[in-house]
Amino acid sequence: MVQLKGKKAIVIGERDGVQGPSIAECLLSAQAQVVLVQTQCFV
Amino acid sequence: MYSFASPRVAPVVKDIAYFLAHVPGMVRYGSKPFREISKEPALLVKVLERLRSFEAAAAYPPHQAFIGNLYPDDLWHIETPWYRNPPSNGHRRGLFGEIMPEEEFYGVMKICDDFDLLLLEEGIVKEVALLLERHPLLSSQDIRRLGSGVPQSRIEEKVHEEKALPLYDQRNRLVGCLQRGHEEDQSLIPEVLIENLAARASGVMALRFMLHGLATVPQIEYLLGCGEEAVGDRYNRGGGSLSKAIGELCGCTAATGSDVKAFCCAPIHAIVLAGSLVAAGIFKNVVVVGGGSFAKLGMKFRGHLRHDMPILEDVLAAVAILVGRDDGVSPVIRLDSIGKHDVGSGSSQQAIIEKLVVEPLDRLGLKLAQVNKYATEMHNPEITEPAGSGNVPRTNYRTIGSFAVLRGEMERGDLDHFIKVHGMPGFSPTQGHIASAIPFLGHALTKIRAGQMANAMFLAKGSLFLGRMTQLSDGMSFLLERNSGDG
Repeated sequence: MVQLKGKKAIVIGERDGVQGPSIAECLLSAQAQVVLVQTQCFV
Repeated sequence: MYSFASPRVAPVVKDIAYFLAHVPGMVRYGSKPFREISKEPALLVKVLERLRSFEAAAAYPPHQAFIGNLYPDDLWHIETPWYRNPPSNGHRRGLFGEIMPEEEFYGVMKICDDFDLLLLEEGIVKEVALLLERHPLLSSQDIRRLGSGVPQSRIEEKVHEEKALPLYDQRNRLVGCLQRGHEEDQSLIPEVLIENLAARASGVMALRFMLHGLATVPQIEYLLGCGEEAVGDRYNRGGGSLSKAIGELCGCTAATGSDVKAFCCAPIHAIVLAGSLVAAGIFKNVVVVGGGSFAKLGMKFRGHLRHDMPILEDVLAAVAILVGRDDGVSPVIRLDSIGKHDVGSGSSQQAIIEKLVVEPLDRLGLKLAQVNKYATEMHNPEITEPAGSGNVPRTNYRTIGSFAVLRGEMERGDLDHFIKVHGMPGFSPTQGHIASAIPFLGHALTKIRAGQMANAMFLAKGSLFLGRMTQLSDGMSFLLERNSGDG
């Protein structure tokens, strides 16, 4: 189990998969510090 | 006293056309290849070695599905990789449109060049004029607009002394150049203007094909552009409009127009708006038109080189759609079926599909399996998978099917069957807005008119976050269904 509490996180999501804000919400609930959120479109 | 012009009528999709331009010589100027070749000039040789011939591009099964010579489901039965297994020689023209070779498309771009910014070499112009004279969609007036070309030395001078953008054919021969539109304006540099000119030229060909195929050409009153190009000068970059410029060269003298900007889902927004204008009685016939996305040429070329395959993003794709009043025959746009992704909807895939698919169907009292076909992001997986971008249509179909399972409308084990029956293989070039749902619209019109299909849902997503102004996504959908004939 990875402990994310206090870790800095750079989030890169994908439009047709899991988008950045959704990943960021998960990380925040694990008390990580989200420093950047981006979603990319690969098409 | 305010009064409506007429009672509300159902809007229908009367016709559609597609256009592909095979432009291998322009692949180097797609955003990704241009940046990569600038950093590593030796890459150009590798790119040139991996370009396809026109014959190979025309025979490519997804292209044949795009212009209507194959039904998308036929691709399930063609061995992959499709680029090695064309079922037959490709037909240049199909039920819905055509694929045009590059030299002819350079000619069409010149015909669309009102400001004489595109210079073509005189020998090339002679060759192209002979070819285009035989084209059913081009007139003698068009051929006159080609002019007589310029000497090679003048093109070289423009390229070397005035930073005009050199234009090449597939064999790397210099065939012309595109000049700046203004000495200091970064919105009118050749790299921007070529995107806009290519979008106009491809949009013109799509719209001409559509109008040409109509038994009676109605008076077009409004044009809605849905392309991803950014027309304008330094004071209004991207705020301009291309639809009217396209209509100008298609005989739409009674029309004005504007452009809808919504990233890849602009065509669906535009169809909904066109349908609303018709239903409200404002206009009787509205055209939705979108030219090709020049910047996306060669977008995945690194992946294609890595897998020792041809560079498959070598075409520009365009579309034209005619939305009109209920004629008792054409498939109906159900305006009560519109799905939209709201600001407060949330950005997960589940949230998006819920807003675009589940909510509209609940409103209509339909189960998910009662929609015959879902047209979603129709990107060809053979293009995206080698670059690690996955199979986009399949991902979307799995999410839609999962909702049917969650809602108890289907067993989990039936998911693959659901995808096969209600989905289809991706067959669109990765041309952004063009790939988003609308490649299936022509097939849907044909099947619904023939009584072989009752309905189809069109849903598209837009990547608002790419502009760095919001983290939001966007999306829009509508249901197209058989005309009851009661209208």
